[in-house]
Amino acid sequence: MDAIDQTRAQDAPLEAPSGAAASILAGAAARRHRTLWHDAFRRMVRNKLALGGLIMVILISLLAIFASVIAPYPYAKPDFVAINAPLGTPGHILGTDELGRDFLSRMIFGAQVSILVGIGSQFIVLLIGVPIGAIAGYSAGKTDTILMRFVDVAYAFPQLLFVILIMSWRGPGLTNIFIAIGVTGWVTLARLTRADFLSMRERDYVLAARSVGAGPWRLMSKHMLPNALTSIIVTITFGVPQAIFTEASLSFIGVGVSPPRPSWGQMVGQYFTYLQAHWYLAVLPAVAIAVVMLAFTFFGDGLRDALDPHMQRT
Amino acid sequence: MGQFIARRLIWLIPTILVMSLITFVLMHATPGSPLQPLAANANPLPPDAQKNLAHAYGLDKPLWQQYVTFVYKAAKLDFGYSYIYRTRKVTEILAQAMPVSLELGAMAMGIAIIIGIPLGILAAVNQNGPMDYLSTFLATLGVAVPNFVLSIFFIVLFVIILHILPSTGGWNGPEDWIMPAFALGLGPLGILARYTRSSMVEVLHQDYIRTAQAKGLSHSGVVIKHAVKNGLIPPLTIIGPMFAAIGTGSFFVETIFRVPGMGRYFVDSITARDYPMIMAVILIYGVFLAVMNLAVDVLYGVVDPRIRLS
Repeated sequence: MDAIDQTRAQDAPLEAPSGAAASILAGAAARRHRTLWHDAFRRMVRNKLALGGLIMVILISLLAIFASVIAPYPYAKPDFVAINAPLGTPGHILGTDELGRDFLSRMIFGAQVSILVGIGSQFIVLLIGVPIGAIAGYSAGKTDTILMRFVDVAYAFPQLLFVILIMSWRGPGLTNIFIAIGVTGWVTLARLTRADFLSMRERDYVLAARSVGAGPWRLMSKHMLPNALTSIIVTITFGVPQAIFTEASLSFIGVGVSPPRPSWGQMVGQYFTYLQAHWYLAVLPAVAIAVVMLAFTFFGDGLRDALDPHMQRT
Repeated sequence: MGQFIARRLIWLIPTILVMSLITFVLMHATPGSPLQPLAANANPLPPDAQKNLAHAYGLDKPLWQQYVTFVYKAAKLDFGYSYIYRTRKVTEILAQAMPVSLELGAMAMGIAIIIGIPLGILAAVNQNGPMDYLSTFLATLGVAVPNFVLSIFFIVLFVIILHILPSTGGWNGPEDWIMPAFALGLGPLGILARYTRSSMVEVLHQDYIRTAQAKGLSHSGVVIKHAVKNGLIPPLTIIGPMFAAIGTGSFFVETIFRVPGMGRYFVDSITARDYPMIMAVILIYGVFLAVMNLAVDVLYGVVDPRIRLS
């Protein structure tokens, strides 16, 4: 297909020397070139809020990746001559905390935790939720009933409470946060994948593939999964801000990341009691959490609208 | 209908059992025990006294036996004494704390319903008007900003900058209720407004609405008499789980505003390995969530007779 398009685009000026015709033909070739992702990307870029979200997400990710280069100090380095320095202290623009650690640096490193948890935990959700949903939806019948009973029970769990329980069992730390959010957060994705697969079972293209001898694995991975991909991606995208929220909540109550690693939720939890004297200590990380969650939400909204043009934003 | 409710209630039993078993296993797998907290010198009692204590609380028995005892007693709503507040029964403590959490949850839910649904309807009627943008703004804010972050913003705005609310916190009167209820209710408010809007937009495009308008009914008459009734079904379905979530999610708001609700006890009980309290709180939330979901399913069938419960 690619090769044909290319030759056509090259042939076009030879066949039709007139400029207008050439551009029409070139346009047609270019249009045939577009894939679902091209289309989605174009629609997404036109949506200003979504684009803003995407740019914000990229900026925060860059901040997280290059934190050690951007931040003026390492996050755990105390400055003993500037303990509890106020806003605007030379060398510490945002002041320092009770151990003399630079607040701006800790804010910058806080982005690492949010981004890592947001994406890492969704990876686990994906690894658990999609296979369970896919197997249930593909097999239907008894396997489906059993798996769905299991999912129903998991669905009834108060999620945050179980995340807190798991964290107190495994102890604080980033990996444990991934695990805790991952093993409690896959239920929605499993239900969705199952519903998609169930509706695809009797579709003509699946029946056709089956009739030429495609096995279950091939059917699921090559024929059904690509068609469920857009809704899986959208669900995962919305899962990211939720995971960030969960991490912030865990760190807020002190069972999230292990100190001295800074997390925005942990900073809010630690400093909200000083709101009256030093408001910015809790407000800045609170704003950071709000911004990162808004960015992912706007991006997710835009992605959903872009991937599914039928489901127009009503 | 009766059969449907009965079957769902029966399903509740294995669900709760699995939930309690997993909680029990996790809780006992957690390092540290109520008698040997992780902190050094936390329990200065000599080994003999510790042994007696373990015996008194039944902690020296094999785990499966402890679990069976727990289930047997929990079935009679007896969760035993709290390990932290030694003289008080878990049920006693929760009987005091739960109403506070429920009050807070009900107020937040009330705010969400009373403001969110009309906002959604107005937004749908005036698409792309100022009301529409206000509802989108509130919805996004409510959905994307965690309630403890909202709480911080509220305190800064109303207590520190405007000085119109007291900084003491607690749960004694309307001036204590406003901030936590709004901090907790804004998220559900946003979601409800969003749901109501999209479902109303869909309903307003239906043929029977055009028919009603063609008959010469006033615009507001059509919206109130014909559209609202059908447009409110989708938002109705999320109210139940939402209410259950507000109950469980209120821990942070309760902490920040010093509201003496249930959330506080849960986290305290986990750090102190207060086994009876952990079990009781998780089970109460679990049952609450399940009953709310059931209530919504039943209500759904009542509002929309086309839906058959089976």
